[in-house]
Amino acid sequence: MSIPMLRLAKWGLISKRCFSNTTTCESGKTVNLFSAINQALDIALDTDPRSYIFGEDVSFGGVFRCTSGLADRYGKHRVFNTPLCEQGIVGFGIGLAAMICITDRETAQLQKSSLQIISFPLLIRHESLWSQIVNEAAKFRYRSGNQFNCGGLTIRSPYGAVGHGGHYHSQSPESFFCHVPGLKVVIPRSPQQAKGLLLSSIRDPNPVIFFEPKWLYRLAVEEVPEHDYMLPLSEAEVIRQGNDITLVGWGAQLALMEKACDDAEKAGISCELIDLKTLIPWDKETVEASVRKTGKLLVSHEAPVTGGFGAEISASIAERCFSRLEAPVARICGLDTPFPLVFEPFYMPTKNKILDAIKATVNY
Amino acid sequence: MALTRSNLLRPLTTSLYRPFSSTSSDSIITVETSIPFTGHNIEPPSRTVETSSFELLTFFKDMATMRRMEIAADSLYKSKLIRGFCHLYDGQEAVSIGMEAAITRKDCIITAYRDHCIYLGRGGTLVETFAELMGRQAGCSKGKGGSMHFYKKENGFYGGHGIVGAQVPLGCGLAFGQKYNKDEAVTFMMYGDGAANQGQLFEALNMSALWDLPAILVCENNHYGMGTAEWRAAKSAAYYKRGDYVPGLKVDGMDALAVKQACKFAKEHALKNGPIILEMDTYRYHGHSMSDPGSTYRTRDEISGVRQERDPIERIRKLVLSHELATEKELKDIEKEIRKEVDEAIAKAKESPMPEPSELFTNVYVKGFGTESFGADRKEVRAVLL
Ligand SMILES: Cc1ncc(C[n+]2csc(CCOP(=O)(O)OP(=O)(O)O)c2C)c(N)n1
Ligand SMILES: [Mg+2]
Repeated sequence: MSIPMLRLAKWGLISKRCFSNTTTCESGKTVNLFSAINQALDIALDTDPRSYIFGEDVSFGGVFRCTSGLADRYGKHRVFNTPLCEQGIVGFGIGLAAMICITDRETAQLQKSSLQIISFPLLIRHESLWSQIVNEAAKFRYRSGNQFNCGGLTIRSPYGAVGHGGHYHSQSPESFFCHVPGLKVVIPRSPQQAKGLLLSSIRDPNPVIFFEPKWLYRLAVEEVPEHDYMLPLSEAEVIRQGNDITLVGWGAQLALMEKACDDAEKAGISCELIDLKTLIPWDKETVEASVRKTGKLLVSHEAPVTGGFGAEISASIAERCFSRLEAPVARICGLDTPFPLVFEPFYMPTKNKILDAIKATVNY
Repeated sequence: MALTRSNLLRPLTTSLYRPFSSTSSDSIITVETSIPFTGHNIEPPSRTVETSSFELLTFFKDMATMRRMEIAADSLYKSKLIRGFCHLYDGQEAVSIGMEAAITRKDCIITAYRDHCIYLGRGGTLVETFAELMGRQAGCSKGKGGSMHFYKKENGFYGGHGIVGAQVPLGCGLAFGQKYNKDEAVTFMMYGDGAANQGQLFEALNMSALWDLPAILVCENNHYGMGTAEWRAAKSAAYYKRGDYVPGLKVDGMDALAVKQACKFAKEHALKNGPIILEMDTYRYHGHSMSDPGSTYRTRDEISGVRQERDPIERIRKLVLSHELATEKELKDIEKEIRKEVDEAIAKAKESPMPEPSELFTNVYVKGFGTESFGADRKEVRAVLL
């Protein structure tokens, strides 16, 4: 990783809060993903009096319990339920974010001084939201010549499979939003990561869509430091070093990829695994550096293969280090069908599919 | 006139869910609705409803079947035979039953995800219901839809939709088609009190009024959208008034006869004058979905109070008994018979196999379109989407 140092310095200036990549500053309690998110939201509300959380059922804790207790702690004027009207909620959030940006323009340009968080599960799936997110939020800064922005806006949404979610509730719509300059798209892989990345997203001066892997809300458990820390956006992390092939993924998919790496290792293949964390703008340098070393690349995501973000990664890497590639880039992704209610394992990019592709690519 | 047992059971074993009509030779019984209707920009219909012994007994059987079916679905879910989302309708049965009693299968119904009983009311069978819930081939959507996606095209049921409020504009399109084809039929677009706050509702209202569509917007107000009480989400919870220029009627949705009267009235109105809103004051006994115990945002007293005082099945039971159309024991026997029927349907549904894996690739595009689906790494797995 070449650039992180630079970014670290910049981030260090912006934030006086403890900032770390590995989050080892302080030991914490073992918690699951939704509690880690709850901690991040708690800190965000505590450290910035102009932060708000609103969405469907959030004042009772939300469908996934991420906002439990926050309404009691910070009051109903800061953590509140909205009616069931996603398009209106997002529009409202954009307006509120813009308002705060005007009054605090000076500081807002230097650092994020305000935030709103929208939190509800089906948000991204509601087609009419599209216009608010894509046309209002993403382009506000650009089309107003930097007079206005809604950088304070962070939209949280669950994504991905849960084993039985069916057609709507298991989708992975991240690549739609990666096609909209002006937005950032962030996806954490674990509780520790989620807390740090969410705080960064909230404090980032751009609108961020933060996707939380539904599968991991309860399942992923790890030690999470209790203090306020941030993890940098647009910085990928090599979570496993290897020499024979580079694997790139994000969110819940990484756990499967990790297992595939373990199995590959038994077959004598050494895999390097990268967590992209921020999909847009993404850390090309880290991926490129790794592919230059291994000569092979595999990308894996749950979203359908055609037009998925894996396509962008393969194209960019082919452009950047074509001569270093020793095999075609492998994409192990969801099938090009609607997310099925039955046959979910058939649709999903499972560990064995990844393992097969690792072997095929290495032996190309 | 007490019925004999064999008499009682006949409609059950033949076709339980036929279109309800008043062709029965039974003598007419007149009943007052529980409470008067309240109108918005319209003179409400009379409280006096005509019914018959046959209709009341059919209401009883059909609602008891729905109730039993939903309770069985609850246990199937708990034993993991049903996966995914599952929203139960128990408590709200009178809306489906009363509506069906007033309309024909030329009229269309479109609803949200709480669709099992609406489907049954439209002529669906128990076996197809349970098979769909368990994701089997014999299901009404071939096992590919699941709980939220029940459909029955031949009977005008345009189904089950999962995105809150999204079905309502679709209903406008149906109503437009009916008007254009001079079908003399109407579309019932059903949505919840939570959905009533969606922008799409207002877009649909405007379109249907602008083009005088035979559209009936049925707001099933069960007073909660997931865990949010109506008053937390709506400035005015008088959903029947939400149409402003579109007239509305508030109906006791726990009284099947009131629902019937209102739907008959609305259909006549919609064919002549365009859209109307029916707000059905109803209640769901179960939680929102299977992951909601349903007791954190409302009191147990509230639930048991509704059960005791307003239950739609008990209301019909009382009418049957007070008019001496059947004895208490006969009604109990019907319920026993229903229990058996539901259990048999479940057993039968369980025999149906899961869909073939190749079904994953069907119905994505029109047949023969030739679009490919790629799996794994785009080289190993390819399938033509059928
Ligand atoms: C657009 C959209 N937003 C959120 C959801 C999640 N959701 C599913 S059902 C529901 C509550 C709807 O309540 P209501 O309209 O009153 O219908 P009821 O469940 O009471 O029948 C919510 C918020 C969704 N499915 N679609
Ligand atoms: Mg409701």
